[in-house]
Amino acid sequence: MAAFRNSLGLRAGLLSLLIFVGIVAFWQIATTPTAGTGPALDPEYAKLLGAAAASGTKSAMPTPADIGTTIWKHLVDPFYIRGSNDKGIGIQLAYSLGRVLLGFALAALVAVPLGFLIGMSPLIYRALDPFIQILKPVSPLAWMPLALYTIKDSAISSIFVIFICSVWPMLINTAFGVASVRREWLNVARTLEVGPFRTAFRVILPAAAPTIMTGMRISIGIAWLVIVAAEMLVGGTGIGYFVWNEWNNLSIANIVTAILLIGLVGLALDQGLAWLARLVTYPE
Amino acid sequence: MSMFKDPFDPKALLGGRCGCGGNHAAADHARLTAEAAPAGEEQRWNRVVDAAVLRAVFPVDAQRRLFLRTVGAATAMAAISSVLPLAAAREAFAQGGPGAGTPEKKDLKVGFIPITCATPIIMAHPMGFYSKHGLNVEVVKTAGWAVIRDKSLAKEYDAAHMLSPMPLAISLGVGSNPVPWTMPAIENINGQAITLANKHKDKRNPKDWKGFRFAVPFDYSMHNYLLRYYVAEHGLDPDQDISIRSVPPPEMVANLRADNIDGYLGPDPFNQRAVYDGIGFIHLLTKELWDGHPCCAFTVSKEFAAQNPNTYRALLKAIIEATAYASKADNRKEIAKAIAPQNYLNQPETVLEQVLTGTYADGLGGVKRDPNRIDFDPFPWNQFAIWILTQMKRWGQLKADIDYAKVASEVFLATDTAAMMKEMGLTPPDPTKKTIVVMGKPFDASKPAEYVSSFAIRRS
Repeated sequence: MAAFRNSLGLRAGLLSLLIFVGIVAFWQIATTPTAGTGPALDPEYAKLLGAAAASGTKSAMPTPADIGTTIWKHLVDPFYIRGSNDKGIGIQLAYSLGRVLLGFALAALVAVPLGFLIGMSPLIYRALDPFIQILKPVSPLAWMPLALYTIKDSAISSIFVIFICSVWPMLINTAFGVASVRREWLNVARTLEVGPFRTAFRVILPAAAPTIMTGMRISIGIAWLVIVAAEMLVGGTGIGYFVWNEWNNLSIANIVTAILLIGLVGLALDQGLAWLARLVTYPE
Repeated sequence: MSMFKDPFDPKALLGGRCGCGGNHAAADHARLTAEAAPAGEEQRWNRVVDAAVLRAVFPVDAQRRLFLRTVGAATAMAAISSVLPLAAAREAFAQGGPGAGTPEKKDLKVGFIPITCATPIIMAHPMGFYSKHGLNVEVVKTAGWAVIRDKSLAKEYDAAHMLSPMPLAISLGVGSNPVPWTMPAIENINGQAITLANKHKDKRNPKDWKGFRFAVPFDYSMHNYLLRYYVAEHGLDPDQDISIRSVPPPEMVANLRADNIDGYLGPDPFNQRAVYDGIGFIHLLTKELWDGHPCCAFTVSKEFAAQNPNTYRALLKAIIEATAYASKADNRKEIAKAIAPQNYLNQPETVLEQVLTGTYADGLGGVKRDPNRIDFDPFPWNQFAIWILTQMKRWGQLKADIDYAKVASEVFLATDTAAMMKEMGLTPPDPTKKTIVVMGKPFDASKPAEYVSSFAIRRS
């Protein structure tokens, strides 16, 4: 008992479980279908309606049990392909992940070198600052119509949107990390007559790495948020398209399944980058 | 001389033809179209092959005519077949050999919006109409009309399902850059409805609708024009007394449920879906406003049709065949089953069946039977286009003065469709004979400007 009282992790876990059970129980009670209050319907008419409408109510939220069945159905067979518009949820997630990683990688390729430049040169920092400040707060989805119009390819457009939304946090964090490398370290490098490239790779990069990784972690989070919305707009493939397609069918159970999976994948991406960030941190 | 004209007819006119595409002067139209087109598929194909061979032998029209006039068509054919292996050519053609005009591009992408209007475009995939004509078509579900327009303009789609006013708007550059766009086939006629939220069950008179918030699928849609027409006929100004916003069809039911809108004039299955989910009721079917109005369309860019003539023909044939199949009431249940899965419409089968068979729950407790709730008819009457243009003009979407008839005939390709229908053994209708009556008011397609100014409520 004493061990339990002392272990914070165990107690927090138990509390999480209790909250989960509480939510599910509340959900179950709130969504249990009640008998319809309307007058009895003509059986021929009732046959043409959905279950809820036939009992005189609006179609309701699915119960936790319905959701469970749906999730199980998707987990058992996540990789089926039944035509170009109907693919398993695993395949859809893979499409989305592919887009996010590609857009993210391109953004890193641009943002890290550019951030280096900005961080090292106060002149360039001042010159580019107005552009960054104006473009940074623009919602990535606002770029979508422009991207579709100019790029004329929806697949590249959605990757572009991921690129544009993940580029800013990385750029700003890299610039900040590079600019705030301790003067002493740079001075030591200079006294040892280390060349500029060597300084950049052996001194500045390791010193700024934790800040850069933080920027990347923010970026991937944003990218994963945005891809769902972008795919809902453009359609075709991806988890966002899956949500949209199930919305077409007003199938809340499928949408909840997708929400849970999006959350889990987002968590995994975040933890992955957190792990990478731990690799490059150093004690001062 | 075009592929579809009859080269055996020495009297065939070479220029200045009738608007229907037939090889006769406009004045002779009624008399000549009465002749039956060759019946049966084999005969039809044979006819095409014979024609091709004859044209190859006599490339100069004047010589061919002289020869035919001298010896007669039957003798001419016999004479040619004694020299050329005509039977072999016919066979090669029927099997899709080189004579058939192999499609330049076999793998095609056709975009669609998941609504029952797109039935022929969609069902042609699971039911094999595309593959029958040697095409490998991927039908791609698309999220909204603006996206389908942009993807089509970006050439991501080779052909697309659009609302019938959209190719007109695109060609005129209304709401996008002007790109010559064509509409060789209508998909469906009728098949839309006004759905109201259940709380408005006692407000069946549009005069009580002041302040209502309505949704339509797109600004350039029959839905928008019909809703505006309907409320305006009841004395409401659609821009001031009610609000109309464009909402993608799948979101209409969700918005109605959330009480964001009071009703919508939208495409099926979302009218029936509102009833199915106990959210709304069907106030009226649009066929009660204008029986036989067009709605959605099969469209391609002019460029695609010109660069890939054989693909274009094969595609159009597949669509016309699918449309003809869908127009038969007996096939409707089978079609509902074919297009219900997730890959296509992703809807409960019973909802689609109610829409397509016309035996449906109206949401007020009654079962209604109207086999013409939705129908499928590919013929792109130019009069439809002119009516749509008058409404664009009426509501201020179209600012400039245009030549209604010219735009209509450039976009709505009645000529191509008629030729194709004839070739397939279907009888195309007389393109001059179309009467349009909207809410009891007849429309004279030859006087579009007068029609626009005859309305009391208008923006221009």
